[in-house]
Amino acid sequence: MIDPGRPVRTRRYQSWGRYPQVNHTTIRSILWQNEIPDLAAFKQPILPVGYGRSYGDSCLNEGGVLLDATPLRRFLDFDEKQGLLRCEAGVMLADILDVIVPRGWFLPVSPGTKFVSVGGAIANDIHGKNHHKAGTFGCHVTRFELLRSNGERLICAPDENADLFRATIGGLGLTGLITWAEFRLRAIPGPFIAREQIRFSSIDEFFDISASSDRDYEYTVAWVDCLASGKHLGRGLFMRGNHDRLRPLPGKPIKPRPRLNVPFDLPPFVLNTLTIKAFNSLLYHAQWRKRSGKVVHYDPFFYPLDSIQNWNRMYGRQGFLQYQCVVPYHDNHHAIKEILQQIGQSGEGSFLAVLKTFGNIQSPGMLSFPRPGVTLALDFAFRGESTLRLLERLDRIVRDVCGAVYPAKDARMSAESFQAYFPQWRDFARYIDPRFSSSFWRRVTAKDCTQDTSR
Amino acid sequence: MKVLILGATSAIAHETAKHFAADGAELFLVGRSADKLNVVCDDLRVRGATRIETFAVNLNQLERHEEVIDAAIRALGGLDAALIAHGTLGDQQRAQADVPYMLDEFTTNAISYMALMTRLANVFEAQKRGCLAVISSVAGDRGRGSNYVYGAAKGAVSLFAQGLRNRLSKSGVVVVTIKPGFVDTPMTAHLKKNPLFAKPAPVGRRIYTAMLRGESVVYVPWFWWWIMLIIRNIPEAIFKKLSL
Repeated sequence: MIDPGRPVRTRRYQSWGRYPQVNHTTIRSILWQNEIPDLAAFKQPILPVGYGRSYGDSCLNEGGVLLDATPLRRFLDFDEKQGLLRCEAGVMLADILDVIVPRGWFLPVSPGTKFVSVGGAIANDIHGKNHHKAGTFGCHVTRFELLRSNGERLICAPDENADLFRATIGGLGLTGLITWAEFRLRAIPGPFIAREQIRFSSIDEFFDISASSDRDYEYTVAWVDCLASGKHLGRGLFMRGNHDRLRPLPGKPIKPRPRLNVPFDLPPFVLNTLTIKAFNSLLYHAQWRKRSGKVVHYDPFFYPLDSIQNWNRMYGRQGFLQYQCVVPYHDNHHAIKEILQQIGQSGEGSFLAVLKTFGNIQSPGMLSFPRPGVTLALDFAFRGESTLRLLERLDRIVRDVCGAVYPAKDARMSAESFQAYFPQWRDFARYIDPRFSSSFWRRVTAKDCTQDTSR
Repeated sequence: MKVLILGATSAIAHETAKHFAADGAELFLVGRSADKLNVVCDDLRVRGATRIETFAVNLNQLERHEEVIDAAIRALGGLDAALIAHGTLGDQQRAQADVPYMLDEFTTNAISYMALMTRLANVFEAQKRGCLAVISSVAGDRGRGSNYVYGAAKGAVSLFAQGLRNRLSKSGVVVVTIKPGFVDTPMTAHLKKNPLFAKPAPVGRRIYTAMLRGESVVYVPWFWWWIMLIIRNIPEAIFKKLSL
């Protein structure tokens, strides 16, 4: 029985970056698909939420209602022949891997953590190391059910309610509640990845390796030392891999990796420029050969950070910001170099900087973030104004080359920036459910900057 | 393995069933809501259950128990294990004032359990093997002013299961008493959460291993054994003055 007035508090609702911290008036868990409260009865705006792995405020709804969809965590159908899976929106990608990998299937697109929901994967139109080969998660979604606040349940597919289908993919949870979704999987010969790691000493070298890898390798990504400067600018490790066809399916399950935990907030002085510089140098020099190859299990290959629970606590109580931008290809890659230079000079960058090229596979999502070019993602411990000013400077560079910043990771971009990155936002806004909103959306649409020509 | 699960749509039962499903078990699911049973059934099928049948019934209808168990045995072609997991966490305040309500709660959480255990015990005893697991509660270890109606029912279940274990051990049948502490499920959705609350997934996994190993009494999570050791040993003269 559902009593709409009853608050349900099972965990703290905050984003992964833990900035900003906001309060919600009501948290409601959605326990069963057919027992969903009357959404029109809520007075405040509504936002569906999953496991809170978005970094910024796109999964927050200050002063509003959060619909916790994580109890909707059941599989509905698995066509093992076709590789077609249908499940409820709160199912975690980790749950899916447990079920499908032993049967020779894999996620079509895999983000950097497996602790996200299917609903969130669609709402943020997530991408992974295979973007150049497979596009975004939304490219593989065949259909889903969308519950609107007027009680309508709509099946959305490329050929059914197509507009809402396109708006909901990458739609940041604003178009309604996804109750279940169906998507295509990728066949694999086994759980192993043949991985190769190549050291590169400059951004230009990164682009060379990328260009030669994107054709033959399904998964490519690079870690870059964002605190190296001068002649070391843009040094890092390039990782590429393919599902390994050499090994047969193993006879017994692999022992799970030991899981470490960060049990409490580290004090802010632990991560400073010096310790991060040292860490980055160590990581870079840990591989002394130019290249190294190894066959690894998919888990450490795709989800290295998942083995450290609560790693966000490393940044201390004040939280952190993640910045992920994409800049289109340009002659001599000046924008990405300038961004790295700015970060290097500020000394604020962190040790988890990731560089990856996006391919040109178009997502059906209207507000989808990936576009052809190169994307850089990294963390910044939140140090107040100076951090915000640095990111604003980066935004200016990204805007100048018609790039974009990823909403799922943002907590601070200005309305001007967002509207320059996503000029289609006005079209998208027509499909937003009138009762739905988020802290992010209110922030980036607080004013209409369409007339602004500063871009 | 052929497993009967009563109260199969409860979060704890579902989490337990996931492990049996992954082993390729054959399952017979019983619950009140046909809709919810179908959803749970689909989930367990995807997870690997080789056969699943469902049966929608309110287990407070004691006269239908025989029909339920017969249907399970017929559908699965026998029975290796059963888990009794249905239940309600009633409103203690209301139960103090409303006798029919109190008795109803007691029927759900104690009488129906004892009726089912009796029938299942006879099935397993006759075949000289089987595992009967019941979900009791740490609340059954000592009567508390704030929750004694539920506590008394679970206490009855624990004691009944203990006696049954004693009787059936001679026939090679295992009786497992599960005593969960606070678990974060729809049943406890209205309670304010504290660090003692466990997630249903690890609780389900523990029940599964306890059933496979044929353990006797299992506190889940384990630390409740220590908590209840203390709670049980507080002298009544002091205990009655506490508001627990």
